[in-house]
Amino acid sequence: MRIGIVCPYSWDVPGGVQFHIRDLAEYFIRLGHDVSVLAPADDDTPLPPYVVSAGRAVPVPYNGSVARLNFGFLSAARVRRWLHEGAFDVVHIHEPTSPSLGLLTCWAAEGPIVATFHTSNPRSRAMIAAYAILQAALEKISARIAVSEYARRTLVEHLGGDAVVIPNGVDVDFFAGAEPRPEWQGDTIGFIGRIDEPRKGLPVLMKALPKILAARPQTRLLVAGRGDEEEAVESLPAELRPRVEFLGMISDEDKARLLRSVDVYVAPNTGGESFGIILVEAMSAGAPVLASDLDAFAQVLDRGAAGELFANEDADALAGAALRLLGDPGRRAELSGRGSAHVRRFDWSTVGADILSVYETVTAGAAAVAADDRATGLRARLGLARD
Amino acid sequence: MPPVTATLIWILVALVAIGLYLSWTAGRLDRLHARIDAARAALDAQLLRRASVAQELATSGVLDPAASIVLYEAAHAARQAVEEQREVAESELTQALRAVFAEPQQVDAVREVPGGEDATLELAEAVRRVPMARRFHNDAVRAARALRRHRKVRWFRLAGHAPFPMAFEMDDEPPAALIERAA
Repeated sequence: MRIGIVCPYSWDVPGGVQFHIRDLAEYFIRLGHDVSVLAPADDDTPLPPYVVSAGRAVPVPYNGSVARLNFGFLSAARVRRWLHEGAFDVVHIHEPTSPSLGLLTCWAAEGPIVATFHTSNPRSRAMIAAYAILQAALEKISARIAVSEYARRTLVEHLGGDAVVIPNGVDVDFFAGAEPRPEWQGDTIGFIGRIDEPRKGLPVLMKALPKILAARPQTRLLVAGRGDEEEAVESLPAELRPRVEFLGMISDEDKARLLRSVDVYVAPNTGGESFGIILVEAMSAGAPVLASDLDAFAQVLDRGAAGELFANEDADALAGAALRLLGDPGRRAELSGRGSAHVRRFDWSTVGADILSVYETVTAGAAAVAADDRATGLRARLGLARD
Repeated sequence: MPPVTATLIWILVALVAIGLYLSWTAGRLDRLHARIDAARAALDAQLLRRASVAQELATSGVLDPAASIVLYEAAHAARQAVEEQREVAESELTQALRAVFAEPQQVDAVREVPGGEDATLELAEAVRRVPMARRFHNDAVRAARALRRHRKVRWFRLAGHAPFPMAFEMDDEPPAALIERAA
């Protein structure tokens, strides 16, 4: 099958959606499918052979943070050319409501289009204003996928219609087979995520840390992720700061080894999560998980059966739960075992097969993807377009 | 230029603009109807596939006679149902499948016989794809209905003679034991 995948965010910037698309593309290539990924990227960044650059993304303020997006005449032309040259059986768009490549592709393509909705943002003012335009583009999508029941609910509320739920995939065996590192073991708490992004929840963890250290002074917090380390420990008393170790940006291998090593993995995110892939990765590595009780997290953790939940943004609750876990090896082993069994449903072998079923369902009885000539504007409508 | 001519030109421009807008809307509607047709064809194919696999299993002798008869009846009825009875007949097949494959042991028993492994996989795939295809179909129906209810479409009869699209409603909850095995 010829599959075209559209990535809305810059390929050179690491992010959940980008990793998801990379793993998905490589999974399909291993199965022998023809895959091409269209993604924004600087022209001089090295790209894997299956990625086609759609040009440099422009940083613009969007939805509360600076997003790097592709739009405008040149990007639209590149999308058209990619569609034309690819002759795909199915096009899979990610994040079709963000004003970037996904929306442009929706606008320009015709035929079986599958779309995955990753985030579940409340409808923004711009989206209400653009609703009519958006609707005309979105109604071309033949199949919608939501990454969680929570994402599906917001999607149905805001855009109407329905979607199937297929979770994000994880290479479970990669994490399960990683070698733990001795220097990261022994009374350690792990945190992975952007340090300077408050929604990732490091400030909540920092607030809970003095209480945890008061009861268990030998505990260490290992933090992996980008951001200002000085600023992150500012709220902490000076004598406690050495108990926090910053590992900076770490490779995928080190991430797996870190998750294999820690006694407890903490995800104190305060919001803006629609899935929680990091929890699945932690469970794959057999780390006992303690997470804030966001809707999306509660669902990934099977309503608390596969990992512990604490009240969102409540540092005391976090400290209490962390201390209980650190002091109870039996409970940790139980969570680890349940987690490992629970994550099998998120493995690529299951998730990839489900996504392929969606492709096969929408391509049955439909023509291949083509550039939509009706969208070229006035000339085509008046029959004046040259061929 | 006399004022009358200018007014006429403006009226002409407005009419052309309205015409283009209506033609664009008609194009949208046409595309939606095509999408419904494709989705309906896909749904029919999945339903038929599910009924065939169920019937095959029922006649293969791997199930006990009572389960075989229940499953055969339901699968046969689903395949023969006329359009008005289709939703009910397919829902009954779903219920029959759920009843027959309620126990994980039953699934294991089918897998153990020669060729049973393939049959279970095929059935598991079919019962997973039916809800998918149905959701995609009903999603297309909803989009078309929203547009067709609009004033411009009703006043200018942009939908032509196309019948008002109907959602396909049925019970498609797959048997849990079968899905877990497949995962």
